[in-house]
Amino acid sequence: MFPRPIQQASTAWQTTYQALVPLALIMWLLPLIAVAVFSVKPDVDFTTGNYWGMPSSFQGFENYGKVFFASDMPRYLWNSVMITVPTVIGAVALSCMTGFALGVYKFRGNLLLFFMFVAGNFVPFQILMVPVRDLTLDMGLYNTKLGLVLFHVAFQTGFCTLFMRNFIRALPFELIEAARVEGVAEWRIFWFVVLPLMKPAIAALSVLIFTFIWNDYFWAVVLTQGAESQPVTAGITSFNAQYRAAYHLMSAGSIVAALPPVAMFFLMQRHFIAGLTLGAVK
Amino acid sequence: MFREFPLTDATISHSHGAPGWIRRNRQALAPAMFLLPGVLFFAFYVIFPILQSFNLSFYAWDGLGEPTYVGVENYVELLDDRAFEVSLWNNFKWLALYLLAIPAGLGIALFLNQNVVGIRLYKSLFFFPFVISQVVVGLVFTWFYDPTFGLLNQMLGFFGFDPVNVLGDPKLVTYGIIAAGLWPQTAYCMILYLTGLNAVDPEQVEAARLDGAKGWRMLWHVIVPQLRPATFIAFVVTIIGALRSFDLISIMTNGGPFGQSRVLSFYMFEKALSEYGFRMGYGAAIAVVLFLIMLCFIAYFLWSMYQEEKGAR
Repeated sequence: MFPRPIQQASTAWQTTYQALVPLALIMWLLPLIAVAVFSVKPDVDFTTGNYWGMPSSFQGFENYGKVFFASDMPRYLWNSVMITVPTVIGAVALSCMTGFALGVYKFRGNLLLFFMFVAGNFVPFQILMVPVRDLTLDMGLYNTKLGLVLFHVAFQTGFCTLFMRNFIRALPFELIEAARVEGVAEWRIFWFVVLPLMKPAIAALSVLIFTFIWNDYFWAVVLTQGAESQPVTAGITSFNAQYRAAYHLMSAGSIVAALPPVAMFFLMQRHFIAGLTLGAVK
Repeated sequence: MFREFPLTDATISHSHGAPGWIRRNRQALAPAMFLLPGVLFFAFYVIFPILQSFNLSFYAWDGLGEPTYVGVENYVELLDDRAFEVSLWNNFKWLALYLLAIPAGLGIALFLNQNVVGIRLYKSLFFFPFVISQVVVGLVFTWFYDPTFGLLNQMLGFFGFDPVNVLGDPKLVTYGIIAAGLWPQTAYCMILYLTGLNAVDPEQVEAARLDGAKGWRMLWHVIVPQLRPATFIAFVVTIIGALRSFDLISIMTNGGPFGQSRVLSFYMFEKALSEYGFRMGYGAAIAVVLFLIMLCFIAYFLWSMYQEEKGAR
């Protein structure tokens, strides 16, 4: 193990380490902690200049109440859900199939197709912006959740295919061979043999894509406008314009907007990290 | 054994009257069927638009009327565009400084790679900044830098320094935004290295220890080489993140002050889609430049992956 386990060090250093870790964490998260404290402060604290002192009274319920009942925030949140969940389902479903095809079959152009997906996943969004916006306008899907979902599904398929294909590559190939020898149809091999083994990959990918899409801002700005279809990342800017300089409400709004992926991360931590670090170990 | 199984196949094809051609080419048809939906979608929304953008960069177009062909005029205009120069230069700053996330992430990972009570929770909390959206990160850091009440200036004041208006200073603004971007990016590199450190071969470490290696020498000669796969991913993700930077700039400064915090991705958006006018062709030309920069890296990534694939099978 590197660095040397702390248990082998002197007691003094052990105690120092134990104290150092929480201290470092507080430093690391300081900007976030500040926002969390802001979000439970009353209005007067900001007018009297009490930015960093203790809240003069606890106003958490009022502030968060306002976010939920006196703004468009619930709309935005709902839009985010309606954009994120279908995207996750669509991208994972498509990439299970593409990943299977590229991981299991040998045919000419296999690697070429695979690299096309990988390369496409790396391109800067801006090169897609004008044509995709135009395309979405032409299909009458501008400023709809569906327009955003379709694009996200297509774009995420690149990353998901990379992920799925490498995962399937690592599965025991003998299983598939055995099924073939038995004469099982290819789609049945996919459905009954490979798909059950892909469950961990599907879980990991779902959490990852959920976070990516929930946090997307660029495409939300390019393809939607207004409260009827904008997700929460774009909505928060209009929310902030509405409550300019009302720091307690802006903080509460930001925390609400950031919460779902955070919750997802803590609930599905194992899958999340397995997904992010796939390939980080040989 | 299983006498009925080999029969099933024949029985099915008989009862459905499937033509022999399909049966004979099933091995070749199956991957095509599985690939079709994904490839179509991807080609429609990603591959095709890239080509369209290339094409569009030779036109002048306001997004509504008929595009007019102007040849390389857009690119010629780029050469004399001061704002483009600033954005391009800022992009290089982003690329260089964003890479600091890799050593910083390794540092934190080494610091946290211990077995003490509650370390798991500490690790996840350190990872926290990566999970929240860049929009919120941008907001948080805008307040952190705020000249009147920002925490940064409170701290500077505590040590007797004059307040700095990071986001209002044309010289500092890009560095300020990059620092904000480094926060989640470092968290990501940390988690990659924590996983990598977990898999470091303990026997090699012990053997090196017996040979008297420790500290930096141990890290550089024994640990870092074993972390190569993690470093590769960290590098890929950080480069892409640096070239995609848009959210933070849009939230924190909107390109200002005086356009000094723009990068290509932001400048392109501004030219093509904001109140500064709908110059789609010119925007496309900027996007093409950004794409070509990225292409150097994509080519390198693919080449590395190809080398690995050749080794695998």
